[in-house]
Parts: sequence; C-alpha cells; structure tokens
Amino acid sequence: MARLEDLKLTHRLFVETYPFRTSDWAPGACLKKPLSQSKFALISSAGLHLPDRPPFDLAFRGGDFSFRELPNTVDVCQLKISQRSSDFDQTGAKEDANLVFPLDRFRELAARGEISGLNHRHFSFMGSITAPGRLLSDSAPRVAAMLRKDRVDAVFLAPA
Amino acid sequence: MCNQSVGLIAGVIEKAGIPTVALSLLRMVTMKVRPPRSLYVPFPFGYPLGKPSDAKFQRQIIRAALNLLESSEELPILRDFEPS
Repeated sequence: MARLEDLKLTHRLFVETYPFRTSDWAPGACLKKPLSQSKFALISSAGLHLPDRPPFDLAFRGGDFSFRELPNTVDVCQLKISQRSSDFDQTGAKEDANLVFPLDRFRELAARGEISGLNHRHFSFMGSITAPGRLLSDSAPRVAAMLRKDRVDAVFLAPA
Repeated sequence: MCNQSVGLIAGVIEKAGIPTVALSLLRMVTMKVRPPRSLYVPFPFGYPLGKPSDAKFQRQIIRAALNLLESSEELPILRDFEPS
C-alpha cells in the first residue's frame, strides 16, 4: 500500500501542506456504448517515452507538463522511463511496463471481446508536476482534443 | 504528485465529453482532487497494476476500474479495489 509515511520526510511535509487542485469536470460524461463496443485509449503518468523520442525534462521548474504519444503498435518492453519523482519505485515497471501502462492487458481484453478495441495512439505524461497550470491550460486540453478527434469512447489512466 | 496529475488530466478529458476512469495510489490526494471515477488500489508507488508479470491479477484490476464506467452512481466515484 502506498502511504504518506512511505515518502521521504521532506516529500511528506510537502504533500501534507500542498494546495491540491480540484479537478473541474462537472457534470461528467457518460459511456454511450457497452464496454464491449467501446474503444479505449490509455494514459500513464510514469514518464514513458519511445526510445527514439526525447525524454521528459526532469529539470523543468514545476514539472515538465508536456506529453508523449505512444503508438498502439508499440512493444511495451521497448519503452523508456524518464521520471523525476524519487518516490516512484521503477523496479517493477522495468521488469514489466504493463505495471504502469497495461497495454498488453487491454489487448487481451479486446481479443476476448470485453472491449471493442484500442485507439491508434495513447499518451504519457511525467506526473511529478507541482505547478500544474500549463498541464491544465495547454497539454491536457491538447490531448483531450486529439482523443475527441480519434473518436475514443473512454480513457483509462494510471498514476505511478 | 502523479495522483494529482492523473486526476486533473482525467477531469480535462471528461470535460471534453469523454468518460474516464483512473487508478489511485493515494486516497488522500484523490479525495482532494476529486476526479470523476477512481479505483483506489492498495499498492506501493510505482505499482498501480499490482504485480509485475501477473497478467491475470492486472486484468482483474482493470476490469474493476472499467466497471466504474458503467456505474449509475453519482459522480465522483472513489471505490476500493477488492481482490477476488
């Protein structure tokens, strides 16, 4: 279990006093089709990127708010991690990237007919962002617009 | 901060009209950020899908999360993952 007590003292004190933002989404969206007819996209905040694409900028003040596209055809074993959070234990994800980006599991659900399929692209962020202003005003809306253009029915997100 | 980032991204996508469901590793953060649908998973940082190389268990978590998309409960939903 992830607990505040597991964080380094400085990180724990930071989290306990940090003014977390509230997500603004009201009234919410509804799934318009059964899961078995729905196309999914995945989003990870583990800082994943393709080996031939630039890593996230770990020195960016407030946290790199950019994103990386991950093609649906990617072999998850090839993905690299650039993540500035020292609280994210990468041991498991380096053994099996599905631990933070479960693309192979979703492929299996699609093959079993539990979902209709997967979008041609997915997205990765580097989630250690303490100043999320531009995440909210720039990168997340750009990703949302791409997912709408792709006619994605639902999105699954995983933190790290 | 990953839990805040994921919750905020989920909110932006939901507001654009696409339903979302997110895993949560820190209930306290998710309760503050209040994304639309969250499944709290009792695993360490870096292990949102539970165990590496355990496809069956990972699928179990994903199915529990996807079920929230078909729930008629009022949003936001924050449910605990209960292994079967």
